[in-house]
Amino acid sequence: MKGLRNLFTALAAVILGLLAGAILMLAIGADPIQGFSYLFRGGLMSAERIGNTLATATTLTLTGLAMAFAFRTGLFSIGASGQMLMGGLTATALALTLNLPKWEMLIIIVTAAMLAGAIWGFIPGILKARFNVHEVVSTIMLNWIAYWTVYYTIPAHFKAKFLETESARIPEYASLKVGWLTNLFHGSYLNLGLFIALACAIIAGIILSRTTLGYELKAVGFNRHAAEFAGINVPKNMALSLAISGALAGLAGATYYVGYATNMQIGVMPSQGMDGIAVALLGANSPIGVVLASIFFGILHSGKGFMNAMTKIPPEIGDTIIAVIIYFAATSVLFTRLYDRLAAKLRRRS
Amino acid sequence: MWDSLVRIFPYAIAFTMPLLATALGALYSERSGVVNIGLEGLMVVGNFTAAVVISRLQPTMGQAAIWVGLAFAMLAGLLFAVLHAIASINLKANQVISGTAINMVAGAITVFLARTFTGSGNIHITLGFVPFDVPLLCKIPVVGPLFFTKTYATTWLLLAILAFSWFLLYKTPFGLRLRSCGEHPQTADAAGINVYRMRYAGVLISGALAGLGGGIMLVTFAGEFNGSVAGLGFLALAALIFGNWKPLGILGATFFFGFASTIANVSQVVPALTKVPGLVLKAFPYVVTLLALVAFSKTNQAPKADGEIYDAGKR
Repeated sequence: MKGLRNLFTALAAVILGLLAGAILMLAIGADPIQGFSYLFRGGLMSAERIGNTLATATTLTLTGLAMAFAFRTGLFSIGASGQMLMGGLTATALALTLNLPKWEMLIIIVTAAMLAGAIWGFIPGILKARFNVHEVVSTIMLNWIAYWTVYYTIPAHFKAKFLETESARIPEYASLKVGWLTNLFHGSYLNLGLFIALACAIIAGIILSRTTLGYELKAVGFNRHAAEFAGINVPKNMALSLAISGALAGLAGATYYVGYATNMQIGVMPSQGMDGIAVALLGANSPIGVVLASIFFGILHSGKGFMNAMTKIPPEIGDTIIAVIIYFAATSVLFTRLYDRLAAKLRRRS
Repeated sequence: MWDSLVRIFPYAIAFTMPLLATALGALYSERSGVVNIGLEGLMVVGNFTAAVVISRLQPTMGQAAIWVGLAFAMLAGLLFAVLHAIASINLKANQVISGTAINMVAGAITVFLARTFTGSGNIHITLGFVPFDVPLLCKIPVVGPLFFTKTYATTWLLLAILAFSWFLLYKTPFGLRLRSCGEHPQTADAAGINVYRMRYAGVLISGALAGLGGGIMLVTFAGEFNGSVAGLGFLALAALIFGNWKPLGILGATFFFGFASTIANVSQVVPALTKVPGLVLKAFPYVVTLLALVAFSKTNQAPKADGEIYDAGKR
C-alpha cells in the first residue's frame, strides 16, 4: 500500500516537472512535443545512447544511495559532492602512480576511493555525534575544502602534458571501462561502475531492511529520543551512517572520474552530489526507487545535449525539469492527500 | 604589511557585503523558525535579475539603472522565496529539501533564460558602481584608509539595513513576535500571534535581502551573471550560524569570511603571502568555520523551533 502511494507521488512529481518543462519550451517559442521527443530520443535511440544514459545513471545511483542512507537516519548530508571529489582524487592519484595488472589495479582503486569517501563522510558524522555541529554546514565546508584540495593537488602532482587544469589521461589498465562493455554499447561511456552501483543498491537494501545495523539506523531516523531510550547508541549510529553515505559517494567518484571520464578536471564541483538528493527523494529513499529514478534522470541528462543540437531549446531545460521534480517531491503532502482521497473513494465504491 | 592591509581592506569589505545582506536575510527567516538553505538560489535569482535589468536600462538611464536593477533584484528574490514559503509553511515540506529545490530551480532556470536572451548564458553589465572615498572621514589616520576609502554606496546602505534590523528585531513588537515564532510557535499562537504570517514575513524578507546580496555582488565586484554565485549563499548560511543568529555576530562572521577569501584571492600580489601554499589560504575560511562551530557548539543558541514545521495541534 505504501509502495503504491510512493509511486503515485513520484509519478505526480515527474508529470508536473515535465509539464513545467513544456511550459518553458512554449515560453521561448519552441514546440514542446518536438522538444520532448528529441530529449527522450537523445537518451534512448541507439545502443550507444542507452549506454551513456546508464553510465550517467551509475554515478547518480551511487550518490542517490548515499543520500538515502543519511536520510533514513534523519541526517541531511549535502556532502556527496565533496566525498565524490575525494574519492575521485584518490582514484585518479592511484591510477596514475600504480602499475599493476588491471584487476588488481581496479580492486585497489575502488577500495581506496570508497575509504576516502568514508573518511570525508565520517568527519561531519563525528562532528555531529560529538559536538552537535549541524551536518548541513559541516558538509558544505568539507565540500569546499575538497574542491580546493583537488584544485591544487592535480596541477601539482598529476597534471596533463599540456593543460594545467586537468589530470593526465587515466591509462587503460586503470580505467573502469572495459572493452567488451564499450563494444557492446557501441563505444559509450558505460563501465564496470554499473555493476558496482547495482551491487551497492542490493547491499544497501539488505542492510536497511534485514540487519540490526539497518534497524538501528532507521530507529534513529524515526525518533532519536525513542531510539536512545531503547538503548541504541545514537551518536555512534549517526557517525556510522554518514561514513557509509560517504563511502557510497566515494564510489560514485571512482565510477565517474576513472570510469565515465578519461581524466579529472579541476575547478568543478560535481553536480551529481546535488542531483543525488533529487534521486533519493524521487526514489522515496528506497534502493529500487533510487535505481529507477537515476535511470530517469540519466535519460534527461544524456538526452538534453541531443535536444539542444536539434532544436533551439537550451540544455538547461533538463536541469530545470529535475529541479521542479524535486520541489514537487518535497511538497509531496499535496499528492499523498490526493491519493488518500482517491483511495478512500475507490474503497467506498467497491 | 600596512600597505598591503590598506590595499586589501576595501576589497575585503566589498566581498563581505553580499554575504552580509544574505546572512541578515537568513536571520529573519531562521528567527521566525524556517531554515532557508535556498539562499544560494535566491542570490542567483537576484544576480540574474539585476544583470538583465541593468544591461537593458543602462544605455538609456546610465548610473541610475544600477539602483533600479537592485530594486528589481530584491523583488525577484522576494517572489522566488514565496515558493519556499508555500512549501515549508503551508505544505509542511521538509525545509531543507525545499531549500535545496529552490537552489536547483534557480540555478537551472536563470541559465536557461540567460541562454535564450544572450545565447551564451552570460550577461555582462557595462558599468558597475564606482568606489568613492568618503569626504573628511577618509582623512582620519588608521581608520580612514581602512574603512572610508574606495567604498561603495551599497556598503553604507547595508550597514544602515543592519542597524535597522537590529532595532526591528530587538526593540519592536514585530521583532519580538517574529523571534517568538522561532522559539516556541505554539506559545506564540496561544498569545494571539499569527505564526503563519510571521513566518511568511521572515522568509520573504530573507528572499528580498538574498536577492539584494546577489545584485550587490554583480554591481560591485562580479560585473557579469554566469549562472552561479560561487557558493556565497552557502557561506552566508554558515556565517549566520557562526555568528550565533545575532546581527553583530553575523557582521563579524561575514567580515571574517570576506577578509579570509580576499587574502586568498590576492595572495599572488602580496609579497608576505606568496610563500604560503594556495591550498592553505583557500581552505582556511572553511577549516576555521568548522573549528569555530566545534568550539562554540556548547554556547551556540539556535532558535529552538528552527526548521520545525508548525503544527497547531501539537503542544
